[in-house]
Amino acid sequence: MSWLDRIRPGINKLLKKKTNDTPDNLWVKCPDTGEMLYRADLEAKLWVTPSGRHMRINGETRLKQLFDNSQYEAIDLPEVVEDPLKFKDDKKYVDRLKAARAANNARDCMSIGYGKIKGNDVVVIVQDFSFMGGSLGMAAGEAFIKAAETAVAKNCGMICVTAAGGARMQEGILSLMQMPRTTLAIDSLRDAALPYIVLLTDPTTGGVTASYAMLGDIHIAEPGALIGFAGPRVIEQTIRQKLPPGFQRSEYLKEHGMVDIVVHRADLRETFGKLLGMLKPQAKAA
Amino acid sequence: MVNTANFLDFEKPLVELEKKIDELTAAAAAGTGANVRDEISKLRAKSNKALADLYANLDPWKKTKVARHPDRPHYVDYVRSLVKDFVPLAGDRNFADDEAIMGGLGRFKGRNCVIIGHEKGKTTDERLKHNFGMARPEGYRKAIRLMDMAEKFGLPVISLVDTAGAYPGLDAEERGQAEAIARSTERCLTLGVPMVAVITGEGGSGGAVAIASANSVLMLENSIYSVISPEGAASILYRSNDKAKDAAIGMKITAQDLKGLGVIDEIIPEPLGGAHRHSDAVIKSVGEAVDKALKAFDGMDAAAIKAHRRERFLKIGRSLQA
Repeated sequence: MSWLDRIRPGINKLLKKKTNDTPDNLWVKCPDTGEMLYRADLEAKLWVTPSGRHMRINGETRLKQLFDNSQYEAIDLPEVVEDPLKFKDDKKYVDRLKAARAANNARDCMSIGYGKIKGNDVVVIVQDFSFMGGSLGMAAGEAFIKAAETAVAKNCGMICVTAAGGARMQEGILSLMQMPRTTLAIDSLRDAALPYIVLLTDPTTGGVTASYAMLGDIHIAEPGALIGFAGPRVIEQTIRQKLPPGFQRSEYLKEHGMVDIVVHRADLRETFGKLLGMLKPQAKAA
Repeated sequence: MVNTANFLDFEKPLVELEKKIDELTAAAAAGTGANVRDEISKLRAKSNKALADLYANLDPWKKTKVARHPDRPHYVDYVRSLVKDFVPLAGDRNFADDEAIMGGLGRFKGRNCVIIGHEKGKTTDERLKHNFGMARPEGYRKAIRLMDMAEKFGLPVISLVDTAGAYPGLDAEERGQAEAIARSTERCLTLGVPMVAVITGEGGSGGAVAIASANSVLMLENSIYSVISPEGAASILYRSNDKAKDAAIGMKITAQDLKGLGVIDEIIPEPLGGAHRHSDAVIKSVGEAVDKALKAFDGMDAAAIKAHRRERFLKIGRSLQA
């Protein structure tokens, strides 16, 4: 999990928008070149650095970037039972949740919006890596089901923006059960002949990749995103070899047939607009 | 003679007793020593009592060890005893045959069935051949292929789950491990024929879910089913490999816990001392439990079977109290 620890402080820094007035946050250090980037410029570039790094962004930022005029209806997340296993490692799970909620100003890792992209009605659900590594637990699973139900009710497509280290281990088997549960939600989209498009962002691994991230009609990935089932460290330990450069990155997945297109963040709206326009749901019989 | 080589660490108190019993039995056979017979039966009683005490209250970490015991019955043992006219079927028609997941057609208690499952292997050669029950994408794609066939011919699917997890290797990633698991899970969930899964040993994460998303999910008494291995959880959450026991307890991975959480439907009891000591009895119990589970779907049409499975999974977690 060392890579996770390494990027976490960077994310937390990015999310502290409220403290914009301190000179520290006027500038963001490029994780690749070390260059200091003017924050407003970076925002205008949708958090893509001059060297092309697609930085991790939170749910609200993502939804605003995707919907027409940044306008959408936020869909409430369903309530779920909190900490059903009374789980505790070196910290209590409830305390970890509390801390993540305070840091992210969100109930869990998913945000759902309903609105239009290039005029097409669509439900977008976004997974936020900064909330406990985007981990898939009961809250995220129920949110995914709610998003799919909303899409069916509105007779529109659904886009899922994935980012997660995998399952939320603190919820044990109940997190694992979100794999079949979210799969059932996708099944209901298929039954209704509605498009389900996945946008894979950095990083998407574990049980999330092995369920709803790989079941789209179309798979789009942002450039350079880490996407895989097992994490690179686990694989290196298994095969006792260094992994080749670019392994498990978006471009590698496209080359191996798992991703349809790798799309720059600035071109996502255009791409989604075209796809949603062509995969239009049939008008519902009265 | 009892093979003490495969005794688990917490069973060590039994090893001395068993050795003594063996010595005395040998002495009795040689005609030396008086009252040997009495002594043997005393020691036997003592050993049985010690075994009963050990197994009366197995903690989740000890259960994990029992669940992984190499002498537990595996896919091939169940098939040999329970399935008539078995025809093994191989390959994903795409890349390779992955023997970590086995499959075939056969007659189970009078029904033609598709039987899939993980196989860990017992000898070193077998374990290598079956990759210790850790499947690559080809294994899941073979399972999908066989489930497609089950659907086409209206045959029920029996799935025997016993894996530490899907294989985390470079080649598996290269060929789409995640996609294969996702599609296999999806195939289980869209089947119009009944599917019964039995966790016979280890139900390890996504690699298990991929062939366990069934109408009925049964678990052997000393098996485990978990989102991540206790060792994996210990190294990530507790940052210490010594905390595997704490992780095993905390994550609620035993059959008893999972029944309580509404994740599984039934626990199949194991005789005292575990499935590895009573292979035949356990195989028989599994056969009866699967038969009973399948009977519940007799006469149900495809839509009702699908709806049943959907309801089963969607309700998980919804009625839990904090």
